[in-house]
Amino acid sequence: MRYAMAVDTRKCVGCSDCVVACQTENSVPVGYCRDWVVEVTDGTYPQLQTEIRSERCNQCGNAPCVRCCPTGSSHYADGGIVLVKPRRCIGCGACITSCPYDARYPHPDGYVDKCTFCIHLIKRGQQPSCVAVCPTRCIYFGDMDDPNSEVSRVLSHRRYKSLIPEAGTDPYLYFLL
Amino acid sequence: MREELIISGRSNPYIDPHLDIWHWPIPLYLFLGGLAAGILFFAALFYILGKEESLKSVVRKAPIVTPFLLVAGLGALFYDLNNKLYFWQLYTVIRFESPMSWGAWTLMVITPASFIWAALHIREIFPRWEWPWHWAKRAELFFNSHKYVLAWIMVIFSLILGVYTGILFSAFNARPLWNTSILGPLFLASGLSAGAAVTVLISRDRSERIFMTRIDLIILVVKLFLIVHFFMGFLASTQVHIDAARLFLGGPWTAPFWVFVVIVGIVVPALLEILELRGRHVPAAIPAILVLFGSLMFRFIFTFAGQESRWLY
Repeated sequence: MRYAMAVDTRKCVGCSDCVVACQTENSVPVGYCRDWVVEVTDGTYPQLQTEIRSERCNQCGNAPCVRCCPTGSSHYADGGIVLVKPRRCIGCGACITSCPYDARYPHPDGYVDKCTFCIHLIKRGQQPSCVAVCPTRCIYFGDMDDPNSEVSRVLSHRRYKSLIPEAGTDPYLYFLL
Repeated sequence: MREELIISGRSNPYIDPHLDIWHWPIPLYLFLGGLAAGILFFAALFYILGKEESLKSVVRKAPIVTPFLLVAGLGALFYDLNNKLYFWQLYTVIRFESPMSWGAWTLMVITPASFIWAALHIREIFPRWEWPWHWAKRAELFFNSHKYVLAWIMVIFSLILGVYTGILFSAFNARPLWNTSILGPLFLASGLSAGAAVTVLISRDRSERIFMTRIDLIILVVKLFLIVHFFMGFLASTQVHIDAARLFLGGPWTAPFWVFVVIVGIVVPALLEILELRGRHVPAAIPAILVLFGSLMFRFIFTFAGQESRWLY
């Protein structure tokens, strides 16, 4: 089993519902976020192109944050999801520094926090909150090892990219082009 | 003109607009740890080489400051932890992939070793010192008879401590400015030259001072050579690495780096040391203090500039 997520950059309107849903579902402290929206405008005026992406932890297959954690607090959970055990985390910040996506943040309670793919909802057979709430249905989630999962199906017939794969992180968050 | 505009909705404290998670305690610790590593390395090395009598300050006197340096450094590290009460979790596992785990365990060896070495030579400062406890007297006898083994442990672990402070940074591929293995030797060289500088400050013996000044000069030249290599490697690498090197080559950190680290911290003290070795009268404290200042600035500048370098996507 290998969980993955695909975000359709052509359907995303940048409404930030995913951000608010995540903050609510996971009691993210005020002023922080586990997912966020990025708009990139590129080109020469008037030929401009804008890409909108809902970003979060890439749940890397070769996660630098897991590698550098001195206590083993950052670890791979079922389905390749990278999680933090708050009671093993000393708050040294090494994982925050090691993440090329800057997807982690220091929680005011001391430990380091990040996107969990809403593992507590997945275990109950539900979808991550950002996926469930998206008004344009632009986020696909599922098991990469299952060819019939929503994410496998959409990746099989759409062009996609991941973010800085050249950093060697083996990311599992895809962006449909 | 082709333009790219990135708008991000993320503004997490300490993360955006650029990483700011490691503050002054980290470079301060790196300085104190590197300095202690340098002092302990020379003390143990010259003890093993049988130079205890001719290099008294190096072998006996200077190491007495290292327990204080290491404890202050550890205090700074502890202060920087966000989840302080769980710090002991460091010592429940050994994680070979994590340089920080290596460092934590290395400190667990080198800190007690520095205390023992300092205690063995306490009579350099208090000539009539007597241990009030029976167990302490027995421990002193034991360690005195095994001083050679202790010295070897100190040589090995001080080198690991000196290198690890650089490896800690170089293991982070997410911060391109740190992502070069030359940082290990560079931090080691910086720590060794700082250690040599402290022994020059402490020593009252002219021939010993000249000897350590000569060593310091060699290390300063090596350090300069490593810095040149650092830039050569980056400028021949990928775009993110070229951009990272530009922080020091025209970017916002150019003046602090070249003025404080290279000119004040390496070139000027090296020239003064050359004059001193040629027989000119130069107060020994001046190049030594400049070297220490340069080492400190080197770590502060690298810590902060590194957190500003990043991948763009």
